[in-house]
Amino acid sequence: MNKEEKLADLRHFLARYALPANRPAVPLGLPAADAVLDGGLRPGAVHEVFADDWGAGGFAACLAIQASKGKPLFWVRPDYEALEYGALSATGILELGGDPQNLYLLRAPHADDALSAAADILACPHVGAVVLELCGTPRALDLVASRRLALLCEESGVTLFVLREGAGPIPSAAATRWQVRTLSSDPRDDDWGSPCFHARLTRHRQGGLGDFFLTWDSNHGLFHDAAAHSGLVAAAPADRPVGAPRQKRA
Amino acid sequence: MWLPRLPTDRLARRARNAPEKPKSDAPLVIAGRANNALYVYALNRSAERLGLHRGQPLANARAMIEHLAVVPADEKADRALLENIADWCDRFTPLVTLDPPDGLLLDVTGAAHLFGGEAAMLRHVRETIAAQGFAVQGAIAGTSLAARALARHANGTITNPGEDRAAIAPLPIAALDCGEDRLRALKRAGLKTIAQVAERGRSELAARLSAAFLTRLQVMLGAEEKPLSPRRPLPDLRSEMRFAEPVATRDVIETSLQKLAFALSETLEREGQGLRLLEAAFFRADGKVERIAVKTGAPLRDPAVILRLLNQRLDALADPLDPGFGFDLIRLEASLAEKSHARETSFDTNENARWQVAFLADRLSARFGEHRMQRFVAQDTHIPEAQAVAIPAQERDFDSPWIRKRQDQDPPLRPWRMLERPEEIHFVAAEVPDGPPARFQWRQCRHEVVRAEGPERIALEWWRERPHERLMRGSEQRRREKLGLLPRPVPPSRDYFRIETREGLRFWLYRDGQYRANGLAPRWFLHGLFA
Repeated sequence: MNKEEKLADLRHFLARYALPANRPAVPLGLPAADAVLDGGLRPGAVHEVFADDWGAGGFAACLAIQASKGKPLFWVRPDYEALEYGALSATGILELGGDPQNLYLLRAPHADDALSAAADILACPHVGAVVLELCGTPRALDLVASRRLALLCEESGVTLFVLREGAGPIPSAAATRWQVRTLSSDPRDDDWGSPCFHARLTRHRQGGLGDFFLTWDSNHGLFHDAAAHSGLVAAAPADRPVGAPRQKRA
Repeated sequence: MWLPRLPTDRLARRARNAPEKPKSDAPLVIAGRANNALYVYALNRSAERLGLHRGQPLANARAMIEHLAVVPADEKADRALLENIADWCDRFTPLVTLDPPDGLLLDVTGAAHLFGGEAAMLRHVRETIAAQGFAVQGAIAGTSLAARALARHANGTITNPGEDRAAIAPLPIAALDCGEDRLRALKRAGLKTIAQVAERGRSELAARLSAAFLTRLQVMLGAEEKPLSPRRPLPDLRSEMRFAEPVATRDVIETSLQKLAFALSETLEREGQGLRLLEAAFFRADGKVERIAVKTGAPLRDPAVILRLLNQRLDALADPLDPGFGFDLIRLEASLAEKSHARETSFDTNENARWQVAFLADRLSARFGEHRMQRFVAQDTHIPEAQAVAIPAQERDFDSPWIRKRQDQDPPLRPWRMLERPEEIHFVAAEVPDGPPARFQWRQCRHEVVRAEGPERIALEWWRERPHERLMRGSEQRRREKLGLLPRPVPPSRDYFRIETREGLRFWLYRDGQYRANGLAPRWFLHGLFA
């Protein structure tokens, strides 16, 4: 193999990781995070969100609202999710800046149904984003299943957010993996109550990792820096959010 | 069609399938109860030969025959069987009506020629039903009442148009089927046949026996009658395939479905219609009929799509389609159709995208059931859990306007997750009686409140008597009822608080009612989770 062939090979290999021109990245809005993510979340890929407490799943909701702008957002969850974590509320999604008219909810009987339904939905390129909400680690969710979903995403350009609750990471084909906790609101803020998260990027296929404090701006559908408005710098204890007292895991 | 021995035939058919065969010619009587006494409700041929008859007191029958087998009547099973037979008769004409307890009325107008004329059709129907082990009598006449009387009293008669009167006239007055009292009255008057009754003056009959009787007589003798109301609505559009030899293999069934889908699609195209509800009916050679319905969210006529939806539905069946000895008729019909423009070939990308998503929702509904694929509608109410209702995605258009609660500078004021049933929180310590709680326990965890906003008082809509029942509907309501999720009667008002705990969790709590002078503390509930 001569040098040029090798180069062509490498280019071809790298091309798989380059974003296609017609799929712009989804910027989070926080410069530090977008720098690490090389412009934003990669569309047509799988992103995993591990929620550490009751509110942290909202991070996936915010990301999905951002990624699905103007297009249908499919939310897939097995039945028991609703009993444990509550029903998805369209009014709440509206308050977060989402569009309830574009919200589709699929209540699957079991986790494996949810996985196969997600695969069906991902095959349709006119869908904006899919959230697959799973509690615990269902047996059907293995590396093969996740790779299959990732391939479907790549083909259709639909972004999949796998929201995992009460579970730890397992090997997967995800492009990014986020470990998320909710963060207390800024104590000086009178209009407190916007979603605030401490999101750790613990896995990233195409780049570095990071540790971010984000607050969601429902009006613009973007994240802002939560550390900035509270006047603190990011050099903070690694095990808990800045400005927040020690946390207990829920 | 009259099945005079439906109950006993049902038992005999079942017995035939049982391992040890009882003697089929043993006299058998089905006992019914009327006026607190047992009487003979139905009987088999050998019991009839021994001189028993319908309506006889059971004690008399027992006295006459020593070893009489008696089985209590099961009207429900008989009715179900009659329904099944009616389903099966669907292959002759779509207009089938039950004539309980043991008759069927088929409107064969315009259908007889398909089976080689009325005589051949009647013979065919009777033979096939008889082959299933039923005693059957039948007749074809101009009106349903005439046919009914002829089937019972002159088995096999087929009247020519306008000759009903001649066929009916010689029948005994019992054929009028007008009830014991009137029958007795007629007998007392010395009338034995319908002809004799018909000779009497109209006013005389009306005065003695009521006007309803007169109408009945007129109809029976060939006057106009009101049309039958069929068991099932007439489908708009259909395509069907009959097989001389029943088909059972999956390949053949699939090919036939394909052909039918194309034929149906052509019909739809011609009529400018798109189907909203597709029904596939599989008529089994042994009489069972399987029906499968597929709903669509948008009018549809593309054969490939029809076929795909149908196959998906067939694959999702809990117990797969059982051909048994094979199907001898497969039918596809558009039970519900709508005017449809040629939108499937539209080049408008937006329209196309919308259609693709609608089709995706259809497929998922076909696979998981329509109540599982949901979308949301906004409702004009103050009750938080009823403001957005999830209903099947195929049910209607979802263009109702949504009104945001918060102003631009506000954080989200409604939780993005709401517990299906508000959960009571315990050990609530509120610093001031009407204020937010300072501490509470929910799901075994203690939480300390550091910030709170409220109360936002949401009062029951007093003008609705039972608010939740009106606001949720259809499948969602049934599902919630089954799970016991329909909320209890709501007290006059709820005071909602948006709170944040020391850990940074944001919840939506409410106090059920207010503090009263009697010192009873109201209960607190956790209703929603904020991000």
